[in-house]
Amino acid sequence: MDIFDTFFNVPVLIRTFPLLMSGLWITVQIGVVSIVAGLVLGMALALVRLYAARWLQVIAKLYINFMRSIPLLVLLIIIYYALPFVGIRLSPFMSAVSALSLVSGAYTAEIFRAGIEAIPKGQFEASSALGLGYRHMMVDVILPQAIRIVIPPLTNNCINVIKDTALASVVAMPDLLKQATQAQALAANPSPLIGAAIIYVVFLWPLVAAVSRLERSYGKADH
Amino acid sequence: MGSTIRISNLCKKFGTFTALHSLDLEIAEGEVVCVIGPSGSGKSTLIRCINLLEPFEPQSRILVGEVPVEAGRNLEKVRADVGMVFQSFNLFPHLTVLRNVMLAPMRVRGLTPARAETRARELLARVGIEGQAEKYPGKLSGGQQQRVAIARALAMDPKVMLFDEPTSALDPEMVGEVLDVMKSLAGTGVTMVVVTHEMGFARQVADRVVFMDGGRIVETGTPIQIFDHPQHERTRNFLGAVLNH
Repeated sequence: MDIFDTFFNVPVLIRTFPLLMSGLWITVQIGVVSIVAGLVLGMALALVRLYAARWLQVIAKLYINFMRSIPLLVLLIIIYYALPFVGIRLSPFMSAVSALSLVSGAYTAEIFRAGIEAIPKGQFEASSALGLGYRHMMVDVILPQAIRIVIPPLTNNCINVIKDTALASVVAMPDLLKQATQAQALAANPSPLIGAAIIYVVFLWPLVAAVSRLERSYGKADH
Repeated sequence: MGSTIRISNLCKKFGTFTALHSLDLEIAEGEVVCVIGPSGSGKSTLIRCINLLEPFEPQSRILVGEVPVEAGRNLEKVRADVGMVFQSFNLFPHLTVLRNVMLAPMRVRGLTPARAETRARELLARVGIEGQAEKYPGKLSGGQQQRVAIARALAMDPKVMLFDEPTSALDPEMVGEVLDVMKSLAGTGVTMVVVTHEMGFARQVADRVVFMDGGRIVETGTPIQIFDHPQHERTRNFLGAVLNH
């Protein structure tokens, strides 16, 4: 048996391809739901962290630091295996999405905060001086400018979330990695793992390229 | 005729530094007041207190019309009636010139987009920028940007216009175009408070000049009184330093 039969076994790859694609579909579902939930949570946390009452700011900061420190795999295991003991029973899909969005929300909050803090003080003052209330100031003036700044780091965060969906395989979610490891066992051949790796790369490459492109074009933008 | 702005016992501290020592000042409706004085004398702080961009000490009192300037419900209303033009323009870079002028009348006054646009185009024509309405602020010169900022403030039909060193960040050849717009505005009956280093403008346009130093109002008077017959040593020294060049 040479390396090609072991790792790049074309018949095995072809045979397991439909299985891998069904895994990719699950991965995409987990990824998209977690990213959207993480964005909403992150935006709310960032606003609390910047503008809420002092004690709420402290809570938001503690949450953010905690979620950024805990390994995602540990959090996922706690959610899936420990929470049932206190009566909270989540499906594998919900467990994976919860863990991913709780962590992604913490990272996203820090990205939004940096974006808002990068807006010059004069923009806040000009909005206030015109009589714009807090909501209009944020929606019409501050956030549209902050979004431009945060799109490259947010895209990076999306890439990380999609890669981290692979951890869902430990809670028996039939995502891309889980399907690949199962196919590997069935075929008694590790080629499906290589197939999964190729699919991850092909899928994420455009996002990675987009980040570099955005960073270059915003770097040139004159303001 | 009533006072549009009534300031009494205005005190402001930055930490342990006292920026304003118990100022009193009344500004009548339609009056054009120029505030002059050396850097760090508190002139910018004074006008930034009028719309509460700078919070002041609790014993101080400022009324705009009959409304007290204080945090809370009334603040947005006071701010809507008090226009401000900043040294660094502070236009919204992600909106076109036209949208910059339209935004606050739509959001705060509830104008329809069509009415806000008509009004914005009128004002842009008045400040001589009508040809640039669809451009983004970054494409305009400093003088043009500052004229847009004036139009943006005027779009709210303010009772009072505050100018915080409006020409200090401009290249010298653009100062004139901004001062011309301000001169024509002074003739329309809008109450204006102008912090400025342009002594020629103050002499020509102001109804009253306020000279500040060290966080205090040293003297106030007509331009002729202040520029030709200053009563205080400090006023004479300041004017001597800025005029004899």
